[in-house]
Amino acid sequence: MKIPYYPGCTLNTFAKSFDESARDAAAAIGFEMAELKQWNCCGATFPLTPDNLIALSAPAKVLSNAGKEGDTLTTLCSVCYNVLKRTNKVMRDNKEKRTTINGFIEEEYDGGVNVLHFLEVLRDKVGFDKVKAAVKRPLAGIKTGAYYGCMLLRPFEDMGIDNAERPTVFENLLKSLGAEPVEFPNRIECCGAHLAMNNEDVVTKLSGNVMTSAVGSGAELIVTSCPLCQYNLEKSQDKVVAQTPGYAGVPVIYFTQALGLALGQPIESLGFEKNVTDVMPLLKKKGIV
Amino acid sequence: MPRIGVFVCQCGNNIAATVDTKKVAEEMKKLPGVVFTCDYKFMCSSPGQEMLKQAIKDNKLDGLIVSACSPHMHEKTFRKAAEAAGLNPYQCEITNIREQCSWVHHDTTKAVGTVKSIDLTRMTIERLKKNRPLKKIKIPVKKRALVIGGGIAGIQAALDIAEGGREVILVEKEPSIGGNMARLSETFPTMDCSQCILTPKMVEAELNENITLLTYSEVEKVDGYIGNFTVQIRRKSKFVDEERCTGCGECIEKCPFKTESAFELGLSKRKVIYTPFPQSVPNVPVIDAPNCPKIQKDKCGACAIVCGPKCIDFKMEDKIVTEEVGAIVVATGYQLMPNERFGEYGYGRIKDVINGMQFERLASSSGPTGGEIRRPSDGKVPKNVVFIQCVGSRDEKKGVSYCSKVCCMYTAKHTMLYKHKVHDGQSYVFYMDIRSGGKRYEEFVRKAIEHDDAMYLRGRVSRVYEKDGKVIVQGADTLSGSQVEIEAEMVVLATAIVSREGADTLAQKLGIGYDKYKFYNEYHPKLRPVETVTAGIFLAGTCMGPMDIPESVAQGSAAASKVLSLFSADEMAREPITAGVNKTTCNACWDCVTACPYSAIERDTVKDRQGNIVKWLARVNEGVCQGCGVCVAACRSKSIDLRGYTDEQVFAAINSF
Repeated sequence: MKIPYYPGCTLNTFAKSFDESARDAAAAIGFEMAELKQWNCCGATFPLTPDNLIALSAPAKVLSNAGKEGDTLTTLCSVCYNVLKRTNKVMRDNKEKRTTINGFIEEEYDGGVNVLHFLEVLRDKVGFDKVKAAVKRPLAGIKTGAYYGCMLLRPFEDMGIDNAERPTVFENLLKSLGAEPVEFPNRIECCGAHLAMNNEDVVTKLSGNVMTSAVGSGAELIVTSCPLCQYNLEKSQDKVVAQTPGYAGVPVIYFTQALGLALGQPIESLGFEKNVTDVMPLLKKKGIV
Repeated sequence: MPRIGVFVCQCGNNIAATVDTKKVAEEMKKLPGVVFTCDYKFMCSSPGQEMLKQAIKDNKLDGLIVSACSPHMHEKTFRKAAEAAGLNPYQCEITNIREQCSWVHHDTTKAVGTVKSIDLTRMTIERLKKNRPLKKIKIPVKKRALVIGGGIAGIQAALDIAEGGREVILVEKEPSIGGNMARLSETFPTMDCSQCILTPKMVEAELNENITLLTYSEVEKVDGYIGNFTVQIRRKSKFVDEERCTGCGECIEKCPFKTESAFELGLSKRKVIYTPFPQSVPNVPVIDAPNCPKIQKDKCGACAIVCGPKCIDFKMEDKIVTEEVGAIVVATGYQLMPNERFGEYGYGRIKDVINGMQFERLASSSGPTGGEIRRPSDGKVPKNVVFIQCVGSRDEKKGVSYCSKVCCMYTAKHTMLYKHKVHDGQSYVFYMDIRSGGKRYEEFVRKAIEHDDAMYLRGRVSRVYEKDGKVIVQGADTLSGSQVEIEAEMVVLATAIVSREGADTLAQKLGIGYDKYKFYNEYHPKLRPVETVTAGIFLAGTCMGPMDIPESVAQGSAAASKVLSLFSADEMAREPITAGVNKTTCNACWDCVTACPYSAIERDTVKDRQGNIVKWLARVNEGVCQGCGVCVAACRSKSIDLRGYTDEQVFAAINSF
C-alpha cells in the first residue's frame, strides 16, 4: 500500500523526528508514505472569515496536487490536517468558492481527495489489530496520556475523526502498542498554540494545565500529534516545574516515536535526542531499553 | 339562464386602494347571466350581509359571487347568509381579490388591480355557472372516546370526557397511569407535592364508571375516520389476572429477584414482579418477563405460591382487543434526551452527574433515598451541587434548537428543595437566560436566588471531570468575564425534553402530522391548538412540545371539550367537498389508492345477482376524504372528480380568462 503523504513545513524542518519516525513505522507495518512530488505550505490557519478565499488557495493547491497522485492524502501535523480537511470540504461542497479558488490557482480541483490523519490511516486502512501484530517491543507498563489538543478533533462536523468530547482513537492505538492509556481531563484542551509567539504566560499556564492534569491522573508519558503542541509542552516544561510544587516534569514525545519504539525500530532512529524532555530514563526504568 | 349576483367588497381601503370596485361591479353587470352587481365598503359586516340577503330575494338570484378576501376568511359567513336567504350555500362562491390581488399590487392608479379583479371575478362567474347544489355530508358518531397516554394530560382529558357523561378508554403503556408527573417531588411555583395532587386524579380515573383503564397496553392499529374509528389495542401480558388480584403485594414481598427500576431511573432496584411505585393505579403488579427466571427458565415461581387468590399465570399471553370509538385524544407525553450524548458533562461515566428527573426522585419522599439528597456514588449528602441548564436545549449543534421551557423553573425549584434539605449546602446554577414567564414564576426564581442563596452564574460549562472524588466543573461566568472552576459534589443536568421514542410510529398509525423533532402538529398553532389535521383526533400535553403541568392540564381539558362537542349530536355534518368516482369509467388501476394521503379510497366491487364479482372499482369514503384532489390528478382514466371543483368548473374558469 502506498499513501500520498503531505509532510508540511514543520515536519520538514523543526519536527523532523515526527516525520521520520512515522515513515519508518509505516514501512515496518508494511505501507509506504509517498511524499507528494510537489507541495507547499498549507497556510497554517483555516480562515475564520468566510470570504477570506485567498487563505484557502495554498491548501487548495496542495489538495489539487495530491489529487493528481491518488484519491487519499495523509498528513501528521494536526494543524495541516485541520486546514487541509476543512479546505477540502469547502472545495467539495461550495461550488461558488470552488470556482473562484480554482480560477485563482489555475487548477480544476473538485474536492475528490480523502484527507486522512495518520491516526485514521492506522485505524481505518491498516487496522489497530494489524498494528498490534507488528509490535515487537511492547510499551508494557507505561502509563501514557494521549494529548489530542484541539485541531485534531474540532470542529467536529468538519473533522469527524472521532467524538470531539470523548475521543478514543489515540487511546486505542496506545492499547495496541501495549501501553496503558490514561484518560486525563485536559487531554482535549488547548496548549496555547500560536500564543507562543507573543504571550508565553498563557502558553505556560495552558500547557502546564495539560501536563499537570496528565501527571495528576497518573501519566508517566505524554504523546502528542502536533508539532506545536509538542513545542509548547516541552518549552513550558521547566517553568511549570518551577511554578508547581510536587510536579517534577513529564517526558513528551510524538505518538509516532512511541509507535516506532513499539515496532522495534532502533532507538537511535527515533530522534529522541531532538526532544527537549528526556524519555530515556523512563524507558530504562520500565525495562524497555 | 342563471341569475347571478356579484358583490364586490371594498374592505375599507384594503381592496379599494388599488382596485376600482365600482368599475368591477359595472363590468360584471355586462356578462350574460349576471342580473345584479354592487360594491360595498364591508360585505362581511351585518349591513353587508343583510344587503346580500335582500338582493338574493329581490332579484331571485340562484347563485352569487362575493369578490372579497380569501375564502379562508369569510366563505362560511357568506354561505351562511346565502343559506338564510333560501339558497343552497354551495351556490355562493368567493373571488379572492384581496390577498391575491389588492395586497400584492401597489399601483394606486388602480389600473392593474382593477383589470385583474375583473378577470378573477369573471372566472368565478363561469365556474359558478357549472356549480351543482351540494349537501353537507352527515356522519353518524360513536360517542365513546379513546385517550392514548395516562399522564396528567391524558388523565385530565379522560376525566373531563367521563364527567360529560361519555365513555372513555384510557390506554397507558406502563403498568400504572401517572406518567412523568408521578416521578416529580414538588411542583413549581407552589411547591405542593406532585403525588399529593396527582394521585387523587389517578384514583378518580380508576373509580369513574365511564372510564375503562387499559394499562400495560399499546395502540396497535387505527382504522376509520371521525366518529367511527376502529382501534386495535395490544394488552401486553401482565402474567397477573387483573380481575382477581387484590393488590395485597405478597408476591412482590416474596420475589427473590431484583432488577433496575425504570421508574426510579436506575437509582434503585425493584423486584421482578412489581408495581412501578407504591400509589400505582391500578394496584396490580406485573411480571417483568425478560428478567423472570420462572418465565425464562422455569425456575422459582415463588410469587405464584404465595398468591392468595391464585391469580398469577406464567403462561398468559398478549391479547389484542378491538374498540370502536368516535374520537381519539393523543397525550403520549415526553422523555428526556439521553444525555450520554454530552461527553463533556460526563453523564453515564461519572456517577454523581445525574439528570433533573433523577434529582426529582432523590428529592421525593417516596424515592430511593426517602427524600434525602444523597449522591449516587457513595450515598453522601453533597455539600454543594452544580446545576447545568440548557443541556441539549437551545443547542442546534448538539441537541435541539427549541427551549425546553420548564427547566429554568424546575432548576430553581431544585435549588430550593436542596437548600431546604441541606441547610449548609450551596447550589450553583449555570444558565443561558432565565425564562420564567408564567403566573408567579419570576417571583419563584427570585426567591430561589434571594432567599435560598442559589448562586446563578450566567454562562456555559465546558467540561465536567472527576478528580479525587469530586466532580470538577469548568465553565464561564460571562457576567464577570471570567472562567470558573467549581469543585462540586454532585452535578445535575437540566436535559432537553424530547418526543417519546416511537412517537413517529404512533403518528403514522393515527395519520397525524409531526415536526422534525417528532412532536405532533396541531391544526393551527394559535387558533386550533388541540386539533390535528385528521378530523376526530385531538392532542393534549407534551406530545406536542415542551410544556408545564398547568398547560398540559389545560390542554387535556380543552381536548376533552372538543370531544364532548363532537359527541353532542348524533350525526356530524361535514363539508361536501369530496372526491367521487365515476363507476362506469373506473378501471381499477388503484393509482388513487396509492396517491391518497388520507387512506380515504377503498377497493370496492360490483357483483352480479349470483354474487360473482363483475368489476372492481375505487370508492371514496366521504367520512375520511379531505377534498385535497390528489386522486383527481392521479386518475389516469379521469374517473374521479372533486365536488365543488369539478374539471368542468375549472375548465370553464380557465376558458373565460
